[in-house]
Amino acid sequence: MMPDLGKYAVTVLSAYGVSLVLIAALVGASLWRARRVRAALRKVETRRTAR
Amino acid sequence: MSLWEYANPVRFIRLTDRVLPALSGAAVLCLVVGLVWGFFFTPDDYRQGSTVKIIYLHVPAALMAINAWLMMLVASLIWIVRRHHVSALAARAAAPVGATMTVIALATGAIWGQPMWGTWWAWDPRLTSFLILFLFYLGYMALWEAIENDDAAADLTSILCLVGSVFALLSRYAVNFWNQGLHQGASLSLDAEENVADVFWLPLLVCIAGFVLLFVALVFLRTQTEIRARRMRAILARERMA
Repeated sequence: MMPDLGKYAVTVLSAYGVSLVLIAALVGASLWRARRVRAALRKVETRRTAR
Repeated sequence: MSLWEYANPVRFIRLTDRVLPALSGAAVLCLVVGLVWGFFFTPDDYRQGSTVKIIYLHVPAALMAINAWLMMLVASLIWIVRRHHVSALAARAAAPVGATMTVIALATGAIWGQPMWGTWWAWDPRLTSFLILFLFYLGYMALWEAIENDDAAADLTSILCLVGSVFALLSRYAVNFWNQGLHQGASLSLDAEENVADVFWLPLLVCIAGFVLLFVALVFLRTQTEIRARRMRAILARERMA
């Protein structure tokens, strides 16, 4: 299944590795911050309406 | 219905909440299909060997690095002219996405350049203007973080965005302007003679679609977050003043 990348195997795989890790980190950080801010806003709004 | 109605934060969140699942699904689908197709089912290039497979990441990332800045430019101009907060926050939300795309383009370019050019880096017009674009991204994000007042931050970052647009355009057209350096001309062009062969072009097109959809989905999600964070800051400020 794995294509024969020949003498450039390390080059190609490292390019894919770096890119996919960066994309995963960006998506993960965006989702994590979205969840954190949403929860924090809900807490602040609940406190505000409770007053 | 006017486009400007989506400048209302509540309407923007309602609309983007509806389209985000489909948009994210389409982005993942295009990326998986494009990358699997390109990596597993395309031949090696007769000159570049298997390193040609890097094109499926390098070209879409470079395209998005430039176009993300241009999107920020449009959003910044809307802020300057019409003072819609959502547009300023959308520009802020797009910056980390564009910066990541720039890093991917620079990193994959260096990795690809080493075996092809014999060097990781050269002070070539396109590479140098891309590096400067990355520094502009860092400066833009730092400026947003450094200024407490949201409106003042939006004003100043919008001006920085206008200045940085020169380098976004330079990084696209540097090869044409100076016609020197190691970097080749555009891989994709309306001039058919310059385009890559169809066997590489079709999976590349799917990857580009995947990167564009991923960018839009991330900008929607991050803009929602910025809108909520801004609302939270406003409530907390009101509480402090009360």
